[in-house]
Parts: sequence; structure tokens; C-alpha cells
Amino acid sequence: MASRDDIKFLSNPTIGQKRDKYCRFKRFGIKYIDYKDPDFLLQFVNEQGKLLPRRITGNSLKYQRKIASSVKRARHLAMLPYLTDQLK
Amino acid sequence: MRQYEVTFIVDPVLSDEEIKATLETYKDMLKNEGCEIVHIDEMGLRQLAYPIKRRNSGVYYCIEFKLDALAFIDKLELSLRRDERVMRFLTVSLDKYGVKYNEDKRNGLIGKKKKEEDKKEDGETKSSRPAKAKKATDEKEVLKKVVAAKETLAAVSDDSASAEQEEE
Repeated sequence: MASRDDIKFLSNPTIGQKRDKYCRFKRFGIKYIDYKDPDFLLQFVNEQGKLLPRRITGNSLKYQRKIASSVKRARHLAMLPYLTDQLK
Repeated sequence: MRQYEVTFIVDPVLSDEEIKATLETYKDMLKNEGCEIVHIDEMGLRQLAYPIKRRNSGVYYCIEFKLDALAFIDKLELSLRRDERVMRFLTVSLDKYGVKYNEDKRNGLIGKKKKEEDKKEDGETKSSRPAKAKKATDEKEVLKKVVAAKETLAAVSDDSASAEQEEE
């Protein structure tokens, strides 16, 4: 029989917890999103190159709109693909 | 006076002189119009995310300029569209944050992003560290167990040896 100190949690206590989402632009004071920086924009796009929803990224509406426009600009300049597989 | 930014991709198959000449033509065009050229960013040869006109790479240039006459943008875009050396272009008017961002970028102040990335990486390493520590402790425990087993075995063999001696 193992001692009581070893068995603290029978299930992982972090699984059911909600992680607080926040808008990184508001929190870190980023005012401008550069469309010439594809590495940064890659964070807001899924493996197929589609824009991730606000529900997942946690951005505020203002900055989600800016991201959408800068991703579209980056696509026009062939810095991001319009459609692919396994972007990440 | 508004600040604009025009980014265009030049065909990489052309010779270096021709590529520079395309940049010069647009520079001259802007200068003749009386614009103040703030900065020219030569991003150089980059891989394209998808082929344009059967090319997989392109030479990127970005010219930042100040301009009064809005009608000139149309002229500039028309000449870019007619130019066969230019594969793609995009003209953007910058707001005050964009102007500030570009200034900071030129002065090398855009290291803040990197710091954020570093933080993230630190987080990952932190999460991996305790796992390693756990592994180490596991190994220690296993070693202890092995040692204990050996000791018991030795004790048993000693006992049997002593028993044999007694029989003799």
C-alpha cells in the first residue's frame, strides 16, 4: 500500500478548469499588426491557412478585424498561402 | 499629408541591374511627384507561399512615402499594373500606429515580440523540466530497489552458505 502522500489526485485537476482567454493586443499594448510579418500572423491561422475564430484566439473584435485584414494582405503578397495542408 | 506604403514583388529571373532599375523607376516617379520618401525596405529574395506567374520566389521591395495628392496613387498603381517586371503590388495607407511601428522597426525596437516568444519558450521548458526531474527520481527509486534486491539476495546466499557450513 502506497503512502497517502503519493496518491494526491486520482484524476488530473487541471483538466476541467477553464483557462482565461484574453486579447493579447490589449494586454501587451500592440497597436499595429504588420502584414509583412508572416511568422506572427501564423499564430492566428490553422493548418489549412484559415483564420481562427475569436472564440479560440480570444482577441477583441477590434483586433480580430485588423488581423483578418492583415492576413488577407499577406495572402495577396504571397507571404501566407490561400489554401494548403500542413502549414504548421 | 498622409503616409503610404507600397510593397511590390519583382520578377527574380531578371538580372540584378534590371531589378534595381525597377526600384529606381518608382523611386524617381515618386520623387518627381514631390513626395517625401521616408524609407525603402529591401526585403530581398523570398520564397512565395504559392506560385505567381510560374515563379516560386520573388524580390520584395517596400517603399514608404508621404503624399498629398491622392490621385497620384491611381497613376502609380496603373504603372505598376502595366509593368511586366512587377508580379504583385499592394498600396496601403498607414495610420499613426503604423507609422510608429515602422519607425520602431527601423530603430530596432521591435524586439518586444521576441521577448514574448522567449517567455512562451520558457514556459515550455519549465513544463518539461519537472517531467525530467520526475524521471530522475524514478530512476533513483529503481536503483534503490535494485540495490535492496541485491542486498536481500546476498543475505539469502549468506544464510544458505552458513546453513551449509552448519551441516558440514
